[in-house]
Amino acid sequence: MKAFAQLLELLALTPSRNRKIEALKDYFARTPDPDRGFALAILTGAMDFKNVKPAVLREVVTREVDPALFAMSYDYVGDLGETIALIWPHHGAAGELPSLTELIELFQTTSKAELPKLIASLLTRAEINERWALVKLATGALRIGLSARLAKTALAEMSGKDLQEIEEVWHGITLPYTELFAWLDGRAERPDIDHAARFHPMMLSNPIDEDKDLEKLDPAEFSAEWKWDGIRVQMIASRGRVSLFSRTGDDIAAAFPDVVDAVFGDAVLDGELLVGREFEASSFNDLQQRLNRKVASPKQLAELPAFIRVYDMLFDGQTDIRALSWSERRARLETWFAANPQTRMDLSEVLPFASWEELAQLRRTGADEHGHEGVMVKLKSSPYVPGRPKGLWYKWKRDPNVVDAILMYAQRGHGKRSSFYSDYTFGVWKGNEIVPIGKAYFGFTDEELKQLDKWVRTNTVASFGPVREVKKELVFEVAFDSAQQSTRHKSGVALRFPRINRIRWDKPAGEAATLDDMTVFLSAT
Amino acid sequence: MTPFLDRDLRVKPINAFIDPPQPQARAIITHGHADHARSGHGAVLATPDTIAIMKTRYGEDCAGTFQALEFGVPLQVDDVQITFFPAGHILGSAQVLLEHKGQRIVVTGDYKTRPDRTAQPFELVKCHLLVTEATFGLPVFQHPDPLDEIQRLLRVAAAHPERAYVIGCYALGKAQRVISLLREAGYDRPIYLHGAMIRLCALYEERGIALGDLRHSLDVPKAELAGQIVIAPPSAIKDRWSRRLPDPVLAVASGWMSVKQRARQSGVELPLIISDHADWNELRETITATEAETIWVTHGREDALVYWCQQQGRLAEPLNIEAYEDGEEEGE
Repeated sequence: MKAFAQLLELLALTPSRNRKIEALKDYFARTPDPDRGFALAILTGAMDFKNVKPAVLREVVTREVDPALFAMSYDYVGDLGETIALIWPHHGAAGELPSLTELIELFQTTSKAELPKLIASLLTRAEINERWALVKLATGALRIGLSARLAKTALAEMSGKDLQEIEEVWHGITLPYTELFAWLDGRAERPDIDHAARFHPMMLSNPIDEDKDLEKLDPAEFSAEWKWDGIRVQMIASRGRVSLFSRTGDDIAAAFPDVVDAVFGDAVLDGELLVGREFEASSFNDLQQRLNRKVASPKQLAELPAFIRVYDMLFDGQTDIRALSWSERRARLETWFAANPQTRMDLSEVLPFASWEELAQLRRTGADEHGHEGVMVKLKSSPYVPGRPKGLWYKWKRDPNVVDAILMYAQRGHGKRSSFYSDYTFGVWKGNEIVPIGKAYFGFTDEELKQLDKWVRTNTVASFGPVREVKKELVFEVAFDSAQQSTRHKSGVALRFPRINRIRWDKPAGEAATLDDMTVFLSAT
Repeated sequence: MTPFLDRDLRVKPINAFIDPPQPQARAIITHGHADHARSGHGAVLATPDTIAIMKTRYGEDCAGTFQALEFGVPLQVDDVQITFFPAGHILGSAQVLLEHKGQRIVVTGDYKTRPDRTAQPFELVKCHLLVTEATFGLPVFQHPDPLDEIQRLLRVAAAHPERAYVIGCYALGKAQRVISLLREAGYDRPIYLHGAMIRLCALYEERGIALGDLRHSLDVPKAELAGQIVIAPPSAIKDRWSRRLPDPVLAVASGWMSVKQRARQSGVELPLIISDHADWNELRETITATEAETIWVTHGREDALVYWCQQQGRLAEPLNIEAYEDGEEEGE
């Protein structure tokens, strides 16, 4: 338990991703089974104790601490688990804490009535850090900023196995993952699991290089679809069970019961999760509201219904068809749809085109008239290959829009960049005034960052906490995907995905864009 | 009994203020931190160490006149008797005992009851009215043994000798305490100082507190600072100064560091729970041991401590003295 508490603290306080991975690798390499398996389950959020709830912990504490003092403390600390760990008044009882495995067994087998006594005795035996870890573990709310993917990345680095392979077995293995670790340690074969019922790593695309790629590629060998502005999902329906996975392999079925409950038939499908009525997709912002919730509220289900726009098929029933060509898979997908009518899934339309020029024109009209992000271009003969294979799938985004804006404010960055002003707010002219239109992080070389940082420090006109206002003299070329009308910003314009293309040291601020220049970018949606 | 001290900490019969935030004709200063010792008073009464600290920080003429009073030596001013007792907070920090017509009032200033080689050890003084600080006046603050915290730092530093360890702490008191704890833990390598630390470390040494081999971090080649400990103000890590350090770890030494969410939000990678203030348990033990009937609570989280005193059947109230700390930081 001591080692696990140390690991949790380090993960909570280390901003560096690499150092978190190092700490995880080190822990998994040194910790025996089954402790490390349980630790992995806790870190990836796969552990849940049905009797240990925050209310029980609160009850345990308020038996020992005046409730009014507890309330004032909770108000100050802001985190229930941490308040309990800090406020527990009894320390230093003899004896080490049980191992992680023993602890979990205790939590699972102790009756509701006996639980408060058990927790109180554990808290008294724990050292300060262990107490914090213990409460986090018991409530399941780690809040240490660790993703399941990072834990899996550490396993991949530790074992030399492919992250993809680990994700493939992930959803088919059971606690405490001894077969997984046996395989990772090279002591056993890869765990054998129900192939149709688990997550399959997705096939991803590469951006198209218009100058190099297009002349080499034969348009007749490719098919095209719109690039949808939702999130990529994998829907698995097998023997009456339906799962919905995000691109990183997180199961999000609980948040989308409207989609999951409406699936009819067995298949593993690849598509885009969108929000809207009658298969009319609304904005990404609407989807975001659903994604923010672990469980959807009845109001959301009614107002923001979700659906999947399907573009590929990995398993037809129980049959793995990933080795077939895209054309064959598409034909199977259409047949499957005809045989299994759906209410919350539809097919992504295949766009007809004869030449790249024609597709380019289509892509422009789609962007201007419907706000599409661009088009996807897929080699008709390609199998479904996990990862980001070259030359098979391309994304062809619409051209970024570009504007020359003036740097207004700068703020210090995080982590390695905490001593650099690397976060910038920029604006355009509105008459004689400059109004902010967006904010972007730094995207240049270290050398340019240093120059900019120096420029900010020597041209500061005012400071507000971490923010510096600078002389309105430096021009940035800012690229963005789209602009929308916004009542929230003073300028009335909000940019989507703004990034700083280059620093225009040469350009006088007077020649930067005006708000009127921005109106041409405002999209129809 | 009506107290002869008012709620602005003015000793009424002699019209003298304790730790006044505004310039006053007569000021009694408990210790040298900026939220207690200001410049510009007419006559200042303080311990010799505190006077030396004030002169170092604000200049020789930062008050009209200085009168030094040793610990335990009573001073009669009209019909009020003033005696200083060590508060254990920093070098020279004092509690003020005021006696007048049989009534005893103690103003603690900032204090802690745990041992500290850099401050005269706290002495308990019985009284009728106790004015206590409450910086850590919530039951979540239970400070661990500071030597354990230092050992933890040394273990991490030994495991990752390629990084520099910046301990963020206040220049007066905390810096010298941390250095002294490092020495107590057997750490005898040079300790590097940010420029803001130098003057006060030198003053402590002059006044007999040995701090070992201290060096200015300026002009030390980056590579040489790998695996070394550097003492700096907490804000320095966010400044250009930190770029001269190899992959620095920010380790802040403060009582606030017990709250991990808070450490995390302020980018502290290695929180060291080392405080120069009484924690919740020390506050309660001290209040009980003084046998005071009335408790005035100031400087910090008054509500919880006032509530606790009242639960114990004591008269207690918060003194809403003008807040001159900036809230976020530990009141020095």
